[in-house]
Amino acid sequence: MPILQPLGRALLIFLAATGRLTLFAANAVSHCLRPPLYPRLIGRQMIEIGYYSLPVVGLTAIFTGMVLALQSYTGFARFSAESAIPNVVIVSITRELGPVLAGLMVAGRVGAAMAAEIGTMRVTEQIDALDTLATNPFKYLIAPRLIAGLTMLPLLVLVADVIGVFGGYVVSIYKLGFNPATYMKNTLDFMEAQDVISGLVKASVFGFLITLMGCYHGYRSRGGAQGVGAATTNAVVSASILILCSNYFITELFFAK
Amino acid sequence: MTAAQSDSVPKIRVRNLHKSFGDKHVLKGLDLDVGAGESVVVIGGSGTGKSVLLKCILGLLVPEEGSIEVDGEEVVGMSGQDLERIRRKFGMLFQNAALFDSLSVWENVAFGLTQGEGMARAEAKEIALAKLAAVGLGPEVGQLWPAELSGGMRKRVGLARAIATEPEIIFFDEPTTGLDPIMGDVINDLIVACVHELGATALSITHDMASARKIANHIAMLFDGKIIWAGPVSEIDSCDNPYVDQFIHGRAEGPIQMEVRAL
Repeated sequence: MPILQPLGRALLIFLAATGRLTLFAANAVSHCLRPPLYPRLIGRQMIEIGYYSLPVVGLTAIFTGMVLALQSYTGFARFSAESAIPNVVIVSITRELGPVLAGLMVAGRVGAAMAAEIGTMRVTEQIDALDTLATNPFKYLIAPRLIAGLTMLPLLVLVADVIGVFGGYVVSIYKLGFNPATYMKNTLDFMEAQDVISGLVKASVFGFLITLMGCYHGYRSRGGAQGVGAATTNAVVSASILILCSNYFITELFFAK
Repeated sequence: MTAAQSDSVPKIRVRNLHKSFGDKHVLKGLDLDVGAGESVVVIGGSGTGKSVLLKCILGLLVPEEGSIEVDGEEVVGMSGQDLERIRRKFGMLFQNAALFDSLSVWENVAFGLTQGEGMARAEAKEIALAKLAAVGLGPEVGQLWPAELSGGMRKRVGLARAIATEPEIIFFDEPTTGLDPIMGDVINDLIVACVHELGATALSITHDMASARKIANHIAMLFDGKIIWAGPVSEIDSCDNPYVDQFIHGRAEGPIQMEVRAL
């Protein structure tokens, strides 16, 4: 069966990889839940993921909000629905664009750095050294990163939501000539708790996926500089794809009727 | 099997160890005994599985078959807290020192004390600086970062880290590789001194015969996944094993054939 053979092989490889990843994730999560945790290391990762991602997430958010207002205007002006812009901006940013774009940017910034750092530690035997010094690498390296990713992404997205809406506000007021008071009122009227909360839940899931992919690919990297490079690429690509896929399913969970 | 066992239970006892990577069978039924207080050096060519042997004993790699006993306790298949308890008996000097880049030199040396044993940082720092002094590095080196050290200094810091917890057993993975002959000899002297002072059992792997002669009581030769000769270091020159003879004299011709194709 020359046609079925490669298909079967690809399927087996895929299933094996899924199994490995699941075991890795289960092991990592179990270490997040069992003491001792390392508050110093968690704090360091929180600063790395949360604080240092602020500029890139903020820039992404403000330009996204600005272009959203501009595009909606050119579209909606055709059937005189310009007044819906505050509505469109707040819903799009809080539900989708805030979490997804922040997630993708952080995947590029943090996921890559994590895979490179842990991958280098792997190929230079630093992870073996941790083991021989009776320190579990899952507890010392991976758990702090997962916890930091899980908690910091929602905060980043909250900031991105505010900045994104502000970007839309700036363009609407100063370029499109909206009345500031009316725009603000419409924005606040259309803002719903469920939109914001669904965005924050997404952010938490994305934060987990980004750090998990960074750690997983770094931890399993082999073969020197090339292996670390491949791990970095895989971490970013797989995190981005998982973000986009899981985004759909979380949306369905929250909003499907 | 290294001869002349004074104790009935050796510190480390390896029997019929098998380990493969894919279809490459690296260890093919390896047997090795390391008696308490002995210094055994395993010699063998590159890629013969010397590092794999050490990693199997430390539980970093899981062998397919065979038994490894440390103080009479089976470690193959051990995990979690039991494995951590066994690992506390060990110190290891890695080939490229494997210092943690994100920690300063003294934090590296103190790592086993602060993380493994939960000692307070101030107390651990004192011990770390004492261990650095023992390998000939001043307290100012403790404040540096691993990236700022030369190869010889990294090895010495790695040695200080390996002895910081005063382990019962110390592994040395190619301690002199990548060093100039003088620095290599300095490291050899330090290893002999540290092992002697701690009364530790040492297992080293190397292909540097000068280093092997200096630090070993017993030498074992690994070839084709098995220990093909083992004996006291004094007997290595008079043994009539052609493999050992070829290796210690570093000849290209002999029973060990390197797989090289003609250009």
